[in-house]
Amino acid sequence: MPDQPAQPETMFSRRTLIRLGAGSVLVAATPLPVFATPDDVKAAQQELFGSRMIREGRVTLKLPAIAENGYSVPLSVEVDSPMTADDHVRQIAIFSPRNPIANVARFQLGPRAGRAAVATRIRLGGTQAVQAVAEMNDGSLWSGSAQTVVTLAACVVL
Amino acid sequence: MKKRSPALAIAAFLAACTPSPTDHAGLPSADVRSGYAFLTAETQAMQDDSFANPGYLWVDRGSDLFESAADGAPSCASCHSEGLAGVAATYPAIDEDSGDLLNLEGRINQCLMRHQNLPALAYESDDLLALTAFVANQSAGMPASVSIDGVAASHYRNGQDYFFTRRGQFNLSCHQCHDQNWGKRLRGDTISQGHGNGFPAYRLEWQTLGSLQRRIRDCDAGVRAEPKAFGDPAYIDLELYLSSRASGLEIESPAIRR
Amino acid sequence: MAGIRLSVPQTARKGEVIELKALIQHPMESGYRRGSRGEQIPRNIITRFECLYDGEIVFSADFHPAIAADPFLTFYTRAVRSGTLAFRWTDQHGEMWSDTATLTVT
Repeated sequence: MPDQPAQPETMFSRRTLIRLGAGSVLVAATPLPVFATPDDVKAAQQELFGSRMIREGRVTLKLPAIAENGYSVPLSVEVDSPMTADDHVRQIAIFSPRNPIANVARFQLGPRAGRAAVATRIRLGGTQAVQAVAEMNDGSLWSGSAQTVVTLAACVVL
Repeated sequence: MKKRSPALAIAAFLAACTPSPTDHAGLPSADVRSGYAFLTAETQAMQDDSFANPGYLWVDRGSDLFESAADGAPSCASCHSEGLAGVAATYPAIDEDSGDLLNLEGRINQCLMRHQNLPALAYESDDLLALTAFVANQSAGMPASVSIDGVAASHYRNGQDYFFTRRGQFNLSCHQCHDQNWGKRLRGDTISQGHGNGFPAYRLEWQTLGSLQRRIRDCDAGVRAEPKAFGDPAYIDLELYLSSRASGLEIESPAIRR
Repeated sequence: MAGIRLSVPQTARKGEVIELKALIQHPMESGYRRGSRGEQIPRNIITRFECLYDGEIVFSADFHPAIAADPFLTFYTRAVRSGTLAFRWTDQHGEMWSDTATLTVT
């Protein structure tokens, strides 16, 4: 008998329905698992960058306004930088204030990259503003963020 | 019982033999559109980029399997040296030898068993998905064109009946969502027409590639009906109805779907 | 057995910034999902990606469970000389997968 694939499960033990324009109701189906909070993002950033100040700017983070499915959300990040030996992006870190873990990914670049731009696909546990922090070769930190609404599938097979 | 005239009896007999498009009024052909049209721009871009579309990982593997000869068995390529362009667009189809209706997975398994002396592959196994994705991809861009004449006619009617029958705790038929309410919102989703021309598809909800059978089972579970087993004849008949309903739509395998 | 797909231009002008795409088949099991019997499915993810240009790392990434299944990356590098681009993925257990592509720089 062929193996039955595991029922499509959510990333967490329950999902939250979200309010949409049509007037559907915000419902927490059952007790939510532990999500990260903006404080966890701060802690993760401190761990990576110490207590250096993070300034907003130079970083463009793009997410779709509405994510078709939280399991796969296309993300692109670009930093305004000439990427020369004297002036380049050392690394870009992505943070989620609402996933179970605040750290999403970290990309190490350098002058050989030529262009400080990376695109990937991430998982998001709910509607949130994802943040990207770029560290320059002079140690300065710049950030950008993007908001996305994570929707629930129409026919949820729980 | 009312007595019928011979002419009426003959007419009734003929009507029963050929699928009548007015038995169940479905989608007007001018309205038919692919699930692709119901995706966001970002997801469409993901489907269109063969390096971003993970479905091609299975197409690649299928291509390797197609060329390789396992355990002394002849490779698929040894018979199908010209490839299989256009074949998937005609499936499900009646197998001439057995008279059974076979979908693509069934046909591949039949080839494995009958011509290569290999065991059949399980649904959703990596190898069967890879071979199905590869063969289906060979018809990418070609319009779905299945035959519903002759022996296939009764299968078509079964599939059509399934499509129009309410089921599950929600007591919904495929027809109600996908013929009557496509384009409308269901939670955050826009209801598609439920064609299947993109399958096997990389479904974001599954985080992997899956067959149309798996999708149909999910639909049944979605209306809280007990899903049938993979490869159930009712589902193969339904696949035939779906392919006919999607006539003219291009095969998009491996598509990206939600 | 992980399938890999790479998009690397065959040729480039010296100094040109080229776009690279790398896709690998991997479930990236987050460790937060539950199976059909309610059992927790253990975490199983790729944690590190590296792109090497003639043996020198020119781009790398650290992945956490939030990276989607079948991880996909688009990134850039400067075409400095003809050579081999190697793409290397390592998972949390230390298992490694890699593939290479040749770049001709004129």
